[in-house]
Amino acid sequence: MADKITDETIEYVGILAKLELSDEEREQAKKDMGKMLDYIDKLAELDTTGIEPMSHVFPVQNVFREDVVTNGDESEKTLRNAPGVKDNMFMVPKTFE
Amino acid sequence: MAKQYETVIGLEVHVELATKTKIFCGCSTAFGGAPNTHTCPVCTGMPGSLPVLNRQVVNYAVAVGLATNCAVTQCCKFDRKNYFYPDNPQNYQISQLYLPICRDGHVEIETAAGKKSIGIHEIHMEEDAGKLIHDEWEDCSLVDYNRSGVPLIEIVSEPDMRSAEEVIAYLEKLRMIIQYLGASDCKLNEGSMRADVNLSVREVGAEGFGTRTEMKNLNSFRAITHAIAGESERQIDLLESGQQVVQETRRWDDAKEYSYAMRSKEDAQDYRYFPDPDLVPVYISDEWIKQIRDSQPEFRKEKMERYRKEFDIPEYDIGIITDSKHMADLFEETVAICGQPKKVSNWLMGETLRLLKEKNMDPEEILFSPENLAKLIRLVDSKAVNLTVAKEVFEVMFDGNIDPEQYVEEKGLKTVSDEGALRATIGEVIASNPQSVEDYRNGKEKAIGFLVGQTMKAMKGKADPVSVNQILKELL
Repeated sequence: MADKITDETIEYVGILAKLELSDEEREQAKKDMGKMLDYIDKLAELDTTGIEPMSHVFPVQNVFREDVVTNGDESEKTLRNAPGVKDNMFMVPKTFE
Repeated sequence: MAKQYETVIGLEVHVELATKTKIFCGCSTAFGGAPNTHTCPVCTGMPGSLPVLNRQVVNYAVAVGLATNCAVTQCCKFDRKNYFYPDNPQNYQISQLYLPICRDGHVEIETAAGKKSIGIHEIHMEEDAGKLIHDEWEDCSLVDYNRSGVPLIEIVSEPDMRSAEEVIAYLEKLRMIIQYLGASDCKLNEGSMRADVNLSVREVGAEGFGTRTEMKNLNSFRAITHAIAGESERQIDLLESGQQVVQETRRWDDAKEYSYAMRSKEDAQDYRYFPDPDLVPVYISDEWIKQIRDSQPEFRKEKMERYRKEFDIPEYDIGIITDSKHMADLFEETVAICGQPKKVSNWLMGETLRLLKEKNMDPEEILFSPENLAKLIRLVDSKAVNLTVAKEVFEVMFDGNIDPEQYVEEKGLKTVSDEGALRATIGEVIASNPQSVEDYRNGKEKAIGFLVGQTMKAMKGKADPVSVNQILKELL
């Protein structure tokens, strides 16, 4: 089961996750992900005939809020999590599309 | 012979819903607050925060779905759409891929070419992103998360449109339906309604579709029309010169009137959608759907029907008034106060439309209240002001919803009802314009117009022209 994760897959996952992996890390990640997939494959051994697919782990539906404003201005607290602040905004590396 | 092409267009329309709070938290959705003052751990994507769905979002989404002939997905759920961008603090957007709330609808549009049905593939609920501002001084970008988590519905059409005219008719139809429902104000220029245009071209008669591009950043009907013309032409030119159209996202620059590629297929996004484990499924019962259906407002067609029966106004007026929910409400409320449909209609069709056009405004942006319009009509009816003065007062009222009675009082614009004063002024006018008087007496009927004008001028416009005319004739 070792070849489940190819070099191309690792490369692609790295791009999506915006990670730069060293050769060593790459090999390790390939092994780890392969193991995870093997583990998931165990599920296929179960007989699930007649069992309805789950859409959520809890048998709960329709949890709602009413449309009422409950939060005030907490920008000071919010911005404490910012890497940098300017004009009450989060300062981030320059980004455009 | 040159090849004949046709343009194939489908739209993705995002509409910001008119809820008071965001889709998954109790932060306000009010437009224009100071940066980040409407934020909390949920809408800034802090680890450990838990989103809880706003019930009103479901109500609005179902209402729009029913009004556009969609089937409601009674068991629907939310999925995560993964991508990295600073305006998206969770690194995923909560949206719906597998079970969108509404599917398989259609709306009917009408263009010069006749009636046509435009299919709606689906409507899904999702959250809006924050706003990214590029700092000119420091080499950085700044993020305001006030808009992050504002509820949106995305209405995805089938590729059923063939021209800019059909696209505009479809957008106008959607906008009217949604405004009638009160589900959004649908302002393109403020971004509460946004349209992405998916466009391809193919030879007339071809079965398959050509390669399509997606165009973003279209925030007016004008921009949409120009972008469609520009993009069709660009694609046809490519094909004609033996090149391929590349599937890509393009951004329209309305000032320069051209589009440029933002993302091509090579770096196309892989969103890795999966069900959001923080949100439980939504089950919309038959009873809930019925409740929403029963509370649907009267739509334009029914409203027009009723106007024909209730109000004695021309068909043309009915068409224009019911074209905007706000204008129709204004009309009915004013009529309820003053009981004069024809006069209310005249003010709306005449001065109101003129000023809207002049100021480049939407009917939804009309400021004046039904109470004040009714007061102005009463002022004219009671001859307290003449029509010329009334129109001047109306312009002020249009700009700032002032109370016309108070305004007329304060500015001393009331018609002089003292007949003695009027007669005295007319006497002076006659005395100082012997030539016109003589002309009139010699049978030149038109000369009286000049004398009326002179009298009005002397009275600073504050006279009833009918009385002036009568008195003049009597004295001459």
